[in-house]
Formats: sequence, C-alpha cells, structure tokens
Amino acid sequence: MSRRHITATINGDEVDFLAEEGSSLLNALRDEVGLTGVKEGCGTGDCGSCSVLLNDYLTCACLVFAPEVEGGTIVTVEGLANGGELHPLQQCFLEGAALQCGICTPGFLMAAKALLDRNPNPTETEIRYALAGNLCRCTGYDKIVRAVQEAASQIREA
Amino acid sequence: MAVIEENPGYKWVGTRPIRPDGLEKITGKAQFGADSILPGMLYGSVVRSPHAHARILSIDMSVAKSMPGVKAVITSADFPDLALNGGSAGDIDMSNNVMARAKVLYEGHVVAAVAANTREQAKAAADAVIVNYEVLPHVLTVDEAMADNAPLLHDGMYTKGIDPKPEKPSNVASRVVHERGDLDKGFAEADLVIEREYTTKPVHQGYIEPHAAVADANSDGRAHIWCSSQGHFQMRAHTATVLGVSPGTIKVTAAEIGGGFGGKTVVYLEPLAVRLSQRAGRPVKLVMDRDEVFRASGPTSGTRIKVKMGVTNEGQLTAADVWMGYEAGAFSGSPVGAAGMTVIACYDIPNFFVEGFDVVVNKPRVAAYRAPGAPMAAFAVETVMDELARGINIDPIDLRLQNAVVEGTQASYGPKFPRIGFVETLEAIKNHPQYTAELGPNQGRGVAAGFWFNAGMNSSATVHINENGTATVVVGSPDIGGSRQSMALMAAEELGISYENIKPVVADTETVGFNDVTGGSRVTLATGAAVVDACRVITADLRARAAKTWDVEIDDVEWVDGQAQHVDGSQPPLSLADLAGKSGRTGGPISATASLNARGVGAAFSTQLCDVEVDPETGITRVIRYVSAQDAGRAISPAYVEGQMQGGVAQGIGWALNEEYIHNSSGVMENASFLDYRIPVASDLPMIDTVIVEVPNPAHPYGVRGVGEVGIVPPMAAVANAISDAAGVRMKDLPMSPVKLLEALNEKGK
Repeated sequence: MSRRHITATINGDEVDFLAEEGSSLLNALRDEVGLTGVKEGCGTGDCGSCSVLLNDYLTCACLVFAPEVEGGTIVTVEGLANGGELHPLQQCFLEGAALQCGICTPGFLMAAKALLDRNPNPTETEIRYALAGNLCRCTGYDKIVRAVQEAASQIREA
Repeated sequence: MAVIEENPGYKWVGTRPIRPDGLEKITGKAQFGADSILPGMLYGSVVRSPHAHARILSIDMSVAKSMPGVKAVITSADFPDLALNGGSAGDIDMSNNVMARAKVLYEGHVVAAVAANTREQAKAAADAVIVNYEVLPHVLTVDEAMADNAPLLHDGMYTKGIDPKPEKPSNVASRVVHERGDLDKGFAEADLVIEREYTTKPVHQGYIEPHAAVADANSDGRAHIWCSSQGHFQMRAHTATVLGVSPGTIKVTAAEIGGGFGGKTVVYLEPLAVRLSQRAGRPVKLVMDRDEVFRASGPTSGTRIKVKMGVTNEGQLTAADVWMGYEAGAFSGSPVGAAGMTVIACYDIPNFFVEGFDVVVNKPRVAAYRAPGAPMAAFAVETVMDELARGINIDPIDLRLQNAVVEGTQASYGPKFPRIGFVETLEAIKNHPQYTAELGPNQGRGVAAGFWFNAGMNSSATVHINENGTATVVVGSPDIGGSRQSMALMAAEELGISYENIKPVVADTETVGFNDVTGGSRVTLATGAAVVDACRVITADLRARAAKTWDVEIDDVEWVDGQAQHVDGSQPPLSLADLAGKSGRTGGPISATASLNARGVGAAFSTQLCDVEVDPETGITRVIRYVSAQDAGRAISPAYVEGQMQGGVAQGIGWALNEEYIHNSSGVMENASFLDYRIPVASDLPMIDTVIVEVPNPAHPYGVRGVGEVGIVPPMAAVANAISDAAGVRMKDLPMSPVKLLEALNEKGK
C-alpha cells in the first residue's frame, strides 16, 4: 500500500512524515512523528484525549485523516510549554492537583488553551461547557475547572 | 477538613506539594500502556464473538494466514487446556476468558488473534478469520438466569453454599448468607416496616485508557511485557498461568496507568501478545478499541435486590431482610460476597438475614469496580433508610446516628469494629452549611452513607540513600491516583529530608519485591507501611554509623530533622548528606528493603449530601450541589484524598443518572461507545465539596485507612433520596434516566 508524503508545521517546526491515505492524524502523530502525548481514548471523537490545535481550532486528531493536514499548523501538548517554561495551564494543573491518572490531561490542556485563547475571562459555566468534549474519569472535574480558572486569572494578570 | 485528632507536628505528611510524576504527565512525556514502540514491532488484532452464547464448530485461519504482512495467528489450540492439566477452577475460567475454548459465552469473547506488520493488515486479517458457530439460547439477567429450565452457561455448575448439594446444575454459582437474631421477632417489634425491590444495570469502570500490552518474547522462552495494569506482579502470574509457564520467565514493566478503578486487575491481552510474539519472533503490540473495552472488559454486576427493614417510632432499627442476585457475567465471581458483608455494615441491627446469589449470565465477565458490590447494595438499603426516617418523622442523619456502628460494635459480617469514624462523617454532614441551606422550586436534598473494608495484603519497598543524601524510594505498586506522592511524603517525614529530595519509582517485577495489586484502597496503607519500615531500618543504620563515627553507644544517638544528634549535644550533628558521603567508611552504601503483609486495615465510611433539581417537563435531574465527608484516617496527601473522594462521587452520579449496559434481545451490546454510554462530563456536574474526616487508624504508623473506594458507595442513594425530596417519587431502578423519571412523574400525576 502506498503512503503519502505529508508536510505540516508541528509545534513550531516544519515536519514531514509518511502516512497511509486512510490513517488518522492521531495514528500518524503517535506512530510516525513520535508524539505519544496525543492519547487515544476512543477513536470516535467522544473523549477528547487526542485533542490538538489544528490551524488554531480544537480538533480531535482521531477524526481527521492525516493527509488533510498537508500545509497546516498543529500544536500538541508537547508544544504547549515555551522551552523550559511551562504554560500557565500546565503549572496550574500541577499545583492544583488537577490530574490523577493523567491520560486525559493532554487533551484537557489543549481544550483549555483553545478556550482561553478566545476567552481569557470565562465563567465557571463557560469552562464546563468548553471542556464538555473531554472525558475525565478520575477527578470529577472539580480541580480541573479550578485550575483553568486560576490559569485564566494568571494569564490576565501577566 | 474536619480534624478529629490534631496532626502531631508532621512536617510533610498532610501537605500539598507538586506530585513527583506530574511534570511528565502535563508535558506528554509519560509513557502509558499504548505508548511503547519497539524495533520491528508488529500490531495485533483480536477476533471476537458476535454471539452471546454459541458453540465454536470450526475456525478457519487459512485466508488470514496468507494475507500480506501477517506473521502469526493463534486460537485456543495455542494455549494449554488447563482443565486437562489439573488447573484450578479459577485458572480454567481465567484461561477460557482470555481465549474461548469450545464455547463463546458473551458477545466480544475472544476466539482468535493475529499479528501483522501494520495495524491495518492486522485488522484485515482478523476480519478474514472464518468462525462457524452453533448459536445457543442465552440469558442476560439474574431473573432469566435463575428461571426454571434456563439455558445453562456451564454444564457442571452446581450451586455452592446450599446443603445438600443441588441435584441439577444451574446458573447460580454460589449462595452466601449472613444472619443474626430472630427476624420475625425483630419485625414484630417494629412500628414501621418498609419493603422494596431494586434493580441496577451493569456499568463500566470507564477508564479513559483502553487496555494495552506490548510483549517481546525471546527464543529462550523468556518474555518481557510492558502493560498498563493495577498490578504488574498479578499480570505476570496470570499470564504465566494462561501460558503454562513459570512466572519467573516473564518480566513485566508497569506503564503509567490511565485509570483502572478495579478493572485493570484482570489479564486480557498480555497472554495473547506473548504468544503472538513467540509465534512471530517479533515484538507485538495489542491495544483494545473503546468498543472492545465495553464489550469484553469488566463491567460490574447488574443486580436485583430486595430489602425489608423495620424501625420503632423512637428510631431504633429492629430487623433487616435482604435478598441479592448479582450478575457475574460469563464466569462465576460477582462481588455478591462483599455486597452481603457491606449491605448493612453501617448499622447495628439486632436481627437480620442477608442472602446473596452469584449468577452467571451471557455478558462479559465482571471485574472489580471501586468498592466492588457495595454501591448497589447501599443504593437499596440507604433509600429504605430514607423512607424509614421520613415515615417516623425523624431527621435522616439522626436515624443513622442513632443506629450507627461505633468502636466495639459487632459488625454485621463478623468482627468487632476497632476505632472507626462513621459517626464523625455523619456529624460533618449534619454540621455542613449545605445541610440547612434553602432549596428552590423543584429542588430536593438527599443523604446517604456507605462502608468499605479497605484492604492490606502484600507489599514490598526498597529505599536507597544516594551519595549526596537524597533518596530513591522503589515500590512495586502501580500509581493510579497519586500514591508516589504519598510514598515520598511519608519517606520525607521518616528520613527528615525534603520531599523534593526523594524520588519515588514504580519498578518492574525483577527489581523490587512482590506486591499485590493496587486495589482495595490499600497502597498508601500497605505499601506506605513498607516504605516507612524500610526508612526506619535506614534511620537505625544511620544512628549506628553516627555512633561508630563518634565512638559512642547507638542509644546515645537520635535521628532528628534529618540528622544524627548526640542526646547530650556533645557532638556536632551529622546530616544525612554527611553520612551518605562517607558511607564507604562506615559500612558501605545505605539501603534497606521491607516486605510485609499489612495488618490493621482501617475501615472507611463516607456520608454524602446531594441537592438536585428535577425538570418536571423533561425528567432531567441535575445535581446542583454535593458534599462528601469521608474518614481518611490520616490524609497523607490531602489534595489527592480530595481527588479520590470527588472522583468516586462523579462515578456514582453517572451510575445514578446515566450509565448502563444496553443489550438487545440477541444479547448484543447496543451502546458500546462513549457517545452512547454516557459518563458525566464537566457540564453535568457542580463543584464537589469535600470534608476530610481524620479519625486515625491506630494500626498504621500515620493513621492511614485508605480512601480510594468508599466514596462511590453512597451517591446513588443520595441522588435517589434527593429526587424523592424534589419530585415526590421513589426511583428503584438504575439509572434514574429522564425517561424513567418522566414515567414515574406521569404515574404519580394520574
């Protein structure tokens, strides 16, 4: 089976990789690019564990064919920190104990980033609805919502 | 936090530093089960039964074998038949669940597996395996399975626990009974008797990470497995049993685990991956799809439960009569035993009869799920308690306080309770401002309580002091919710050094002593005790080294604040770094190992308060406020104790309102996705307030009880009682979905 050559900007770098026509972006990122921080929880767009920013839009990588990202821009959890400096969301998740097992955390961080990028001062309800596409089975969401509130506050004050 | 006994001046225990494994998890570096990629690795795919119950007539692998990239195909013929080798009944069931032999017993039951160069090739080959079945009649519920002339799953199943042994086989694997006093006398003394019947559906643990395993088998018979589990020693043992080899030939490395809640104590993929790797001579990765997770890994039991309880007008419980049927899935082993022990364990009831049945049905074999068996039983008893309280016009918490078990009470399941904190959790809720907050229209309030034993079992730990006085704490308990932080906090307290100078590690099966599974809320208690023991060996060693350095008796040396001090202050103190740097002159490297079978397990109680709002137009219930009070014994790591409490509540709310396995009349699951099996999302829930009650467990060095499980026991009854308060209807079947609630409201309106 022939594989397509794909070029995209991933976490700030131009990256090229090969993928089957029918391969999902999720499998391509994990298997071909080595970004295993992008997690698979369902493969059907229901859990949000594979959330990435594709051309600035929050996207489930499992719902996109890899060839569709040709020429596009992708940010994954691996690209969230600025070098050694954590994104405020990452710092607030750590300090607020907003993760237990951690499998959903990359997706939540990306979904929260997508929210704060467009709305730096969300209400609790807005946070809850913005994160409703991401499943967490460990935390009951309490500490996640609080961490996003705290990060939003820090970003606004920065 | 409700502090019952003051923290005796701990420096680290009870603080909230950043968890040791946090950075890897928020940057995407943490390696979970599916993240291992080995050179030359193949991908596996599994062939599963489309039928709930069928005889396997033939399996034709010839087409699959010849397809591009296919390197190995296996069926039950590739595994030893443990029934012919003197295997125990439990081992035979385990083996037959990993790979069906002769019959498939549920939709999703494995019949074959393949490995190929790519995942697409593996999937195509799996689809090309031809299996001929003779479809058999099936049973899906306790009622169907216990009916006269029901189709049998296992021809040789004769109910245990009935004397004399039944003459005919059945689908009832066993019967358990707990009884005390005189039931008739007890009900005769009651002024009010309530009798109700309940049903609950199978629900899944719903961990977000699907089961995953990578195996690399060598030609010398040894194999290395990387997998996500709640116990890599158990994965090793069970894989070895299914493969018919010695556990010592298998090494298991614990990946980070993406949730388990009891469901990752079971071996599914590991033996298949090893056998495929042996056949192919290459490493093999197997990962379940979400669909497979639902169809073939452990939900917990669907149940039918009948409860009859009596109370006097003064609020004294007089009798309880409980009947419980628990679905086991395809093989015996439902948690009905624990259900029977926990169902009335919160209360001191003089007369009771509790009878439970373990019933096999054509559904996936149940696995442990957070306080296995207790939540459904509590749903029944705690809603009857609410009706009793309202019936005699007494506050529901007061009714519970009046009958609560305390230190010295003979538990319904046998032993006398040591020091416990049930009353303290009830009082914490009664004193919480939400208990008396005003309710709006269509809103209601419910309370419920729960009990869980907690577990001890076997643990090992090794502590190494590095040359600069920092420490490595090596454990063999997979960290599912922050236990590495608890280990580091206790080690910091013992060694007297900074938490940041301690690195906790979960080691593989060849580099740390044996550990039982991460389950039963036992890791902070038992593995924590092993860490504390190892640290105490080290501090004794450090005192001896200081004594040697100073040429004094060891009794003249104390270990205080991370340094050796002479009792009369006559020597300049020696820090851990000083002693570690010169360890070569005082006996060599500083290291200690402790292994133990934990004693003095501390029982856990939780009382919870739920406010709901019911929409009478749609039947939708929204939980609007929630408070959980739980006795942690001592919260080593309070942030993660709160996390356990909140997570248990959220799962319980899902169980109460949304979650259920839906099977069609053919026995096929119809909602095997996170779209159709709807677990709570952020917009479904309010903040979940927590009150950590600390009644220290006297048998643990830091008073730990274990906090992982009991939080899921009360929520279904708390929600049901709140719905009753809001809408005036008693919901007796889970989930309390909008459709069911609307029907109940319409029925009430007639």
